[in-house]
Amino acid sequence: MQANFLSMQHISKRYAGVQALDDIDFDIKEGEIHCLAGTNGSGKSTLIKIICGVEQPDAGSVIHIGNDECKHLTRKDAIHYGVQVIYQDLSLFPNLSVQENIAFSETMSSKNRLISYKQSREIAQKAMQRIGISLPLDKPVSDLSMADQQLVAISRALTSDVKLLIMDEPTTALTKKEVDALLSVVKDLNSKGIATLFISHKLNELIEVADRVTVLRDGKKIGCFACSELDDKKLEHLMTGATTTYTPYVYKRPDSLKPVLECSKMSKEHNFADIDLTVYPGEIIGLTGLLGSGRTELALSLFGLNTPTSGTCILDGEPVVLKSVEEAVNKGVAYVPENRLVEGLVLDQSIEKNIVMTTLDENVNALLLLEERTMKEAVAQYVKDLYIKISSTEYAVKTLSGGNQQKVVLAKWIATKPKLFILDNPTVGIDVAAKSSIHSIIKKLAAKGMAVIIISDEIAEVLYNSNRVLVMNRGRIIGEFDSAQATEDDIQSFIDLHAV
Amino acid sequence: MKKLLKRHETYVFAIIIIFGCIITSINPNFLTLENAFDLLKSNAFIGIMAIGVLFVLISGGIDISFAATATIAEYVTILVCLEIGGSMLFAFAFAVLIGIALGAVNGYLIDRFAIPPIITTIATMNLYYGLLIVFTKGRWIYALPPYFRSFADIRVLTLYTENGLPYGISIITVIWFVLMILSSLLLVYTRLGRSLYALGGDYVSAKRVGIPVRSIRVFVYAFMGAMAAIAGIVQALLVQTVAPNSIVGKELNVIAAVVLGGASLSGGVGTVAGMFLGVMLLAIVQNGMTLMRVPAVWYDVFVGIVVIVSVGASSYKAKKSKATSVIDIQEKDSTTCDALQAQGGKQ
Amino acid sequence: MKALKFKKNETTVLIGILVFAILIMIIVNPGTFLTSTNLRGMAFQLPELGILTLGMMVVMITGGINLSIIATANMAGITAALILKSMEASPVLGFLLAFLACIAVSGSIGLFNGVLVAYIGITPILATLGTMTLFNGVAIVITKGYVISGFSPLVLYIGNGSLLGVPFPLLIFIFSALIMSVILGKTRTGFSMYMIGSNSIATKFSGINNAKVLIKTYLISGLFSGFAAMVMISRFNSAKSGYGNSYLLVTILASVLGGVNSDGGFGKVSGVVIALVTLQVLSSGFNLLRVSSFLTTAIWGFVMIAVMVINHIIDTNKKVVV
Repeated sequence: MQANFLSMQHISKRYAGVQALDDIDFDIKEGEIHCLAGTNGSGKSTLIKIICGVEQPDAGSVIHIGNDECKHLTRKDAIHYGVQVIYQDLSLFPNLSVQENIAFSETMSSKNRLISYKQSREIAQKAMQRIGISLPLDKPVSDLSMADQQLVAISRALTSDVKLLIMDEPTTALTKKEVDALLSVVKDLNSKGIATLFISHKLNELIEVADRVTVLRDGKKIGCFACSELDDKKLEHLMTGATTTYTPYVYKRPDSLKPVLECSKMSKEHNFADIDLTVYPGEIIGLTGLLGSGRTELALSLFGLNTPTSGTCILDGEPVVLKSVEEAVNKGVAYVPENRLVEGLVLDQSIEKNIVMTTLDENVNALLLLEERTMKEAVAQYVKDLYIKISSTEYAVKTLSGGNQQKVVLAKWIATKPKLFILDNPTVGIDVAAKSSIHSIIKKLAAKGMAVIIISDEIAEVLYNSNRVLVMNRGRIIGEFDSAQATEDDIQSFIDLHAV
Repeated sequence: MKKLLKRHETYVFAIIIIFGCIITSINPNFLTLENAFDLLKSNAFIGIMAIGVLFVLISGGIDISFAATATIAEYVTILVCLEIGGSMLFAFAFAVLIGIALGAVNGYLIDRFAIPPIITTIATMNLYYGLLIVFTKGRWIYALPPYFRSFADIRVLTLYTENGLPYGISIITVIWFVLMILSSLLLVYTRLGRSLYALGGDYVSAKRVGIPVRSIRVFVYAFMGAMAAIAGIVQALLVQTVAPNSIVGKELNVIAAVVLGGASLSGGVGTVAGMFLGVMLLAIVQNGMTLMRVPAVWYDVFVGIVVIVSVGASSYKAKKSKATSVIDIQEKDSTTCDALQAQGGKQ
Repeated sequence: MKALKFKKNETTVLIGILVFAILIMIIVNPGTFLTSTNLRGMAFQLPELGILTLGMMVVMITGGINLSIIATANMAGITAALILKSMEASPVLGFLLAFLACIAVSGSIGLFNGVLVAYIGITPILATLGTMTLFNGVAIVITKGYVISGFSPLVLYIGNGSLLGVPFPLLIFIFSALIMSVILGKTRTGFSMYMIGSNSIATKFSGINNAKVLIKTYLISGLFSGFAAMVMISRFNSAKSGYGNSYLLVTILASVLGGVNSDGGFGKVSGVVIALVTLQVLSSGFNLLRVSSFLTTAIWGFVMIAVMVINHIIDTNKKVVV
């Protein structure tokens, strides 16, 4: 039986009125690859902060780390015991070189106030060698790809005598190839006795490398499981306490309808190539594939933010070359972005303002002034139709839950009465109930005659919410499935076989 | 070589050469050693303040109160020196202490209360300058302590013109260059210097990696104050009088020079060499105007144009080169068709 | 409910501060503060600062800052003054032309600022610092440092006359405040200004043309500088480069005191007007106490810092309670 590197009991943490952690027991064995899973608000960030010493647990906690026992850890303690964290934003300095970034921790902790370039070069090279990579040391970090930046962050963590490496959602922005590379680095570290704690719920990625998964929900520990016991569905159920149920979308295209969207050989260098895509009113096209396959790039080109360089695009019978969002919206295109918080919402402003911001032109009177009354009525109608649970539309959007926030984004776009509605990973980070609600909203929209494209990494989501599923890979559409006839496994094995 | 071309400093240098050629062709007196030494001496005081501004910009902040700080340090120090005698060394030391105190206030307010630097320093500028005029009633000081005169006359290297008039590298120029060299070493070879770049690059990452952000911020504004104070004394040495309103109003020229030299208002970049070139560029523009008999009133116009064009060019370039996708597009091959046929697709 | 209550509180607090300031000034200036001379004086002094502040406010709402408002006003004022002097023979026509020129010059500088910020992508501090330096310089070149003075009675009336007992400049200010209030509160552009100030990425993704809105913002700011210029030259009966440089701090102070968030996205004309009146009350009070203008400037600096410190403390406490 492997010894524990870290073992914690009765960890509780209460913030002003919120019980972030409730009597958690948690342990990590030496050299183990452990996964910590939970939705937003489950307490996983708080647990990590306690392990790193950034926060201290409430009274009654016991922590065993290394050979010592204590009631809490300080930041210095954690570093002393070999705990290093790589946050999701990587915490690098984009304006400084790779070498300097890697050596920075050493620089800060050394007694020497002077910098020796030769020394930091050696430190950086040694760290990179530990994981078998070689990056150009003098390049500014901002010039590197996301994956390479992550390797820089790991190298920096390795410059000290690290025993536990904590990585927060490391694979979010990586392509499959890059994820594989990252995981092999982690496996290598593992063989050298360094434990890794991943915060992630992408079990399908981690199942090859991780030993155990600890699941938190609402501040409580649901359990600690061997990865082999679980699959994505079981994990989702543990994390959320519910499982998404899907009902398939039934569609029958009337013969005489003209397509809303007709793309022919649409291409853009380094983005996508030869896209042939036809969408009829009432259709929901599910678009899936691996990260980096060009789906978002394609969606943005239909939204005016990524003008194609060749090929044709006919929108509602009219050939268009969309060069701005204004133009796209005028022609009837709507886009719900994946990055809800930055691209989809103005968090500090009210719900009402967020919903009307796309339809200002329709809410002006003869004097070209905004009509408050009509705006408020319209907003109230959308709030009702979409079941957005709020007490007042005057509240700032940031006070809403993820699901309600996304519904505000949907309301904003439904208000423009679009002909083509594109949704990019619309249910990421949203609770199960809201997820189902959003799916039924999308189906209702299509039933009324809208053409919908839904992009998602989750195969079940595209399969059960569309009548056709398209698979993209490296800029091309490489497969098409009839949703009524295909199964999840069909699509999954297709991707496993043909996508890189 | 390619690396040199990429650097902002190279372009500034090229523009200096071009301007220099134009001016020399109109008035050959430009390209003399005498003129060069003179330029360096008279711009030392802007140059010393520029060092402070550079540090602040690198750390991601901005300061427009330094002219007021310089004036107060200069005025108060000289009053004290006139009272108690003192010496040149004492004058510099005392002024620096005042500058550090005034600057540290900025740093503390900015960090502790999260007040945007531009607003903080506009406020302290008015506060400091207003109080100075109230207490001094705007009076000029015409009689400086005697060692001010003798110090200002010191030359490190003396040459003679055809007419037997002496000229050379003034001690003031030497002070500037020493400060520039020390600052450069600090920025490149010390942890403190690198922390400035780190702080300017990403505030959150800086905190995470253990950089004592508050201390650094207070330091950088205090350093600015110290530089401003030294510049104030230098100003007194140069003109041998103290006028409360002489420096205030020049803030923008100093900031313009530093930004021209490659520093950015968003922080994280900038070098002493670039700052020096920026200062010299503006100095040459002004000098050129004098030598080409362009009325001095045009100076601000030129500075404004140069700043707008230079900053505009680099901002526009940055805007256009924003990162776009680079996807390795799959070859159009049988895989696609096979894949489509494999599940009896609609095609 | 809570959000609404807080809004009411903001204005109430501001009115409270105003009343407090009035009371203090009355106490330290017994007998002289509440005189018609003083009140008229305040009513005449407030407008030019007020109009300039509105021009600063609109830019701050979009998250920017306009350091060139005074330089723009001076440029516009000097242009108008030159025309007035050259058309002394026909005062009415001269006045009309001067007014048009004032608007044209201030609007052009505003547009220029807008292009620099919105199309070239220069950060507002640097862009407006550049135009401020440039146009201060141009003003000096044109006037050679001299004052242009001596205008027709028509012009003087605007700056010093009254209509039905209300000082004419004050009427102009009230009118300007109403216009700004409508722009910010009731137009699509105003709506977009607030949204851009809070998150310009989301506005881009929602079909709002950020560049157009920003250019309009700086154009409006420039135009308001132009209005202020007309009031300034008529009141002082002269135009010169370098007038009103100390106003810059006060416009920012009044905006922040009046509820404008320096990061953008929030702020109302009503709040800023109350803040302006408060500062005017204090300023006039200081004047009566024979406080030098430099001490007043120093006090504004101190007050600016105090307001920001208090704002910060309130904000951090708010977070804890929630």
